Amino acid sequence: MGKIYSKIESIAGNVIRVRAEGVKYGDLASVSSAHGISLAEVIRLSEDMVSLQVFNGGRGVSTGDEVRFLGHPMQVSFSDALQGRIFTGSGKPRDNGPELTENMVEIGGPSVNPAKRIIPRNMIRTGIPMIDVFNSLVESQKLPIFSVSGEPYNELLARIAMQAEVDLIILGGIGLKYDDYLFFKETLEEGGALSRAIMFVHTASDPIVEALLVPDISLAVAEGFALQGKKVLVLLTDMTNFADAMKEIAITMEQVPSNRGYPGDLYSQLASRYEKAVDFEGAGSITILGVTTMPGDDVTHPVPDNTGYITEGQYYLRNGRIEPFGSLSRLKQMVNGDTRSDHRALMDGMIKLYAAYKESMEKKSMGFMMSDWDEKLLKYGDIFEREMMDLSVNYSLEDALNKGWQILAECFTPQETGLRSSLLKEFWPVKEAVVE
Amino acid sequence: MTSGKVIGVNGNLVTVSVNDTVSLNEVGYILVNDKRLKSEVIRISGSSVEMQVFEMTKGIGIGDDVEFTDELLAVELGPGLLAQVYDGLQNPLPQLAEKCGFFLERGVYLGALNQEKKWEFTPSVREGDTVRAGDPIGSVPEGIFEHKIMVPFSFSGTYTVQRIAGKGAYTIKDKVAEVVDEQGTAAELGLSFEWPVKRAVSCYEERLKPVNPMVTKVRIIDTFLPVARGGTYCIPGPFGAGKTVLQQVTSRNAEVDIVIIAACGERAGEVVETLKEFPELLDPKTGKTLMERTIIICNTSSMPVAAREASVYTAVTLAEYYRQMGLHVLLLADSTSRWAQAMREMSGRLEEIPGEEAFPAYLESVIAGFYERAGLVRLRDGSTGSVTIGGTVSPAGGNFEEPVTQATLKVVGAFHGLSRERSDARKYPAIHPLESWSKYSGSVDFPRTEYARELLFSGNEIGQMMKVVGEEGTSTDDYIQFLKSEFLDDVYLQQNSFDPVDSSVSVERQRHIFDILFDVIGGTFNFSTKDEARSYFNDLRQLFLDYNGCEWKSSEFSRLEEELKGKIKAKRTGTEPRAARVLGNLS
Ligand SMILES: Nc1ncnc2c1ncn2[C@@H]1O[C@H](COP(=O)(O)OP(=O)(O)O)[C@@H](O)[C@H]1O
Ligand SMILES: [Mg+2]
Repeated sequence: MGKIYSKIESIAGNVIRVRAEGVKYGDLASVSSAHGISLAEVIRLSEDMVSLQVFNGGRGVSTGDEVRFLGHPMQVSFSDALQGRIFTGSGKPRDNGPELTENMVEIGGPSVNPAKRIIPRNMIRTGIPMIDVFNSLVESQKLPIFSVSGEPYNELLARIAMQAEVDLIILGGIGLKYDDYLFFKETLEEGGALSRAIMFVHTASDPIVEALLVPDISLAVAEGFALQGKKVLVLLTDMTNFADAMKEIAITMEQVPSNRGYPGDLYSQLASRYEKAVDFEGAGSITILGVTTMPGDDVTHPVPDNTGYITEGQYYLRNGRIEPFGSLSRLKQMVNGDTRSDHRALMDGMIKLYAAYKESMEKKSMGFMMSDWDEKLLKYGDIFEREMMDLSVNYSLEDALNKGWQILAECFTPQETGLRSSLLKEFWPVKEAVVE
Repeated sequence: MTSGKVIGVNGNLVTVSVNDTVSLNEVGYILVNDKRLKSEVIRISGSSVEMQVFEMTKGIGIGDDVEFTDELLAVELGPGLLAQVYDGLQNPLPQLAEKCGFFLERGVYLGALNQEKKWEFTPSVREGDTVRAGDPIGSVPEGIFEHKIMVPFSFSGTYTVQRIAGKGAYTIKDKVAEVVDEQGTAAELGLSFEWPVKRAVSCYEERLKPVNPMVTKVRIIDTFLPVARGGTYCIPGPFGAGKTVLQQVTSRNAEVDIVIIAACGERAGEVVETLKEFPELLDPKTGKTLMERTIIICNTSSMPVAAREASVYTAVTLAEYYRQMGLHVLLLADSTSRWAQAMREMSGRLEEIPGEEAFPAYLESVIAGFYERAGLVRLRDGSTGSVTIGGTVSPAGGNFEEPVTQATLKVVGAFHGLSRERSDARKYPAIHPLESWSKYSGSVDFPRTEYARELLFSGNEIGQMMKVVGEEGTSTDDYIQFLKSEFLDDVYLQQNSFDPVDSSVSVERQRHIFDILFDVIGGTFNFSTKDEARSYFNDLRQLFLDYNGCEWKSSEFSRLEEELKGKIKAKRTGTEPRAARVLGNLS
């Protein structure tokens, strides 16, 4: 290995082609140009023609630049020295610390054998009722925040991260605005969590190909620590930027797009990252919280759509609130059966009533007479939004459940709630009201 | 044997130049370092062959050696398949885990069936008997079933039994019979044999029309949108609408002999639930664990895409195998869209001319071919066996006007369309009662279910109308009609899959409570105000939901039933003319 090729046959977008021998699929090369040295990855082999995607981009690369194959695929140094450090998407220091080269491990490794997985069982408490009561977050879950741009999704992400009891936080920033990068750094610092955090940050101004590496590099590191017994929380923001980077490469490679320009393997590509979330029997776990911004607030856009099919639910952030409709934690039933006996029923009941409130709102906006029932629903919806949905409230799960009963009692008779009599008897705040 | 060298790599598609003949769908191995990576020939042009690799292709280089096997992609069929957990290529995952630990190491292939285990064989033919492909020559007990040992499906013509082993214990490796064909060529038979997954098994007398219901114990399905044994159905729905939960409860409660779960390209975590829970859950019918009647084919979303494409064929082939023993098999595939997408990924790499949404032009015929492998058949011994196929569909954007949903709807016998509106409102199972359909007949008589369905339609219309004219502009009669349809929805169509009692409702109970329900929806009531009507129906609903939560025929069940009947009697003034006609025709 190490032979240098100094004739680049073609350059298109971020993809270059060279004629070379003995190259393996997925291997790395370094490309030295007048602008410095960049890594590149082999993405196609055809006879002796090798296609590479250049991490720093194709801009400025000349046909006479040197390409040297490294003989191995993309790797990252894995050791405790990573903690408290900040790197770029390709693993170069972004802080002033030293470059790490010991114990290099491959990224994008094989998936976990399903037979080795265990049923998730630990709730992660966040103090946010819309999460804890209605869509509990569970250790080893993979869950994105669906959001339009402009919503405080990174704030929400940081708040959950700071409140969650985990051993290690890994932030994977993809196309992150510089301000947001600084926000995360400061939040972690202020919360005293920087020393148990690792950041791989690709900012909006960095070369696009590096964006593609962030999830894999973050998750490879997470996997290493999880196998050592740590509870790792991985934050990936924003995965729509990741998908867009894939789209760009696919178009350069002249792949037939499947839907709005995205490649046909978008689903598999996203899945191979999100499925890294896992609880290792006898060791640690990886929980993934992502951000998926929805272009045009369209949940049917290919990125949120494919994501929703992969992840174990989503938190739908809109108007600064986690919407009960559209939000879902698919793992909630693994944990909310053992919290308190009224948890599940209250969760379903309150949402059904909130849905009825939305209908009454619709009727009202069309100018219809409001029946007594409608009036009750209107009152309920208003209190519910104020005291449960608002992101500023911070209650323990138990307090939030009690609050739920209070709200119901404030607005309805027990029968009107549609909840089972046995629960009403036990939990209805004004006992006399519950008729046999 | 043919061999070749790698001349190109593009994702999981590898181009190989070969030195001799190869056939389409032939299996070959790419040799990388010390690993052999299983691959399948998917296109041939001259001496250049394109192969899809069932593994990650990292590290493959130009000039790497390829060995061909002269065999098509096949599965091993024999005793010991039940209770197994396989990947899409029939690799047993728990054994793989024992060998490799947490991760799926590539290039490790283990035997599908236990080679050491001894099976108690009882012969059923004698020397001199003539047999054909699929005919039993004996049997071994496999859990609760009598597992028939059959003449391999690939044998053509008639054979004479030359030698048959006596009653005794044998392993998969042992030979238990020798047969000769009409030309005098002899062949030895063991307990297992192979069959190529992409070919349908057709060793039966005739295909019959599916008539008997495949009971799922989900009320809306069995009563309104039934599935027949040997039939096909699909469950399209946006993410989170409840496709997987519906299949999970069906896999537990369905009244069939064997369930095959094909977890195709979706979340690994969901399979794990089944994997861990089934060995603990007892099947009330047999008293054995559910696992003993189940096979799981698990090729989840982060596992190699080419193996995902193969996985549904592996699953249906195992289903057909047990059908040949006169058993009723249910195959649940979640999700067929991921399988279709695997085809799309390959088609893209092959640079085929894309059809709609870049799916290959042959998508429709491939989907039709898959569902065609379901069916009720009469075997040569007169018994019947069936394969029922239920597939979920994950349409992009939740929009059913997309190629996979449309192609599927053309070929299935029932459509259980899940609606986002219903799942958002937590109305589970979120099967849309008005848009879904079934061509099969169900467990409750059609005239009354049709009456109920019409009520849903008219209730829905009134509901729409009320949005325009308001409650005040709606007549009390219409309003009661609306309340009845809501009541039917709340207490019968909706069912709580996580409630120990409500999650599975026997046909007997469905018929029983449908009678009571029909009293309500077919009755006339006298209310002076709408508020009175609403509050009456609220109470009735409350009572009915409590009743639904009670153990069948328990004392609480009887008590609530009396209360319910009393409450209905108190306000019911007579029978609706149309309902009376329906009842009149029935008696
Ligand atoms: N029958 C049901 N009863 C109660 N909850 C359900 C039911 N079906 C689905 N759900 C809820 O919806 C979530 C998503 O269901 P799932 O079957 O995974 O959706 P899909 O496979 O369509 O994406 C579940 O995790 C559960 O919370
Ligand atoms: Mg699903």
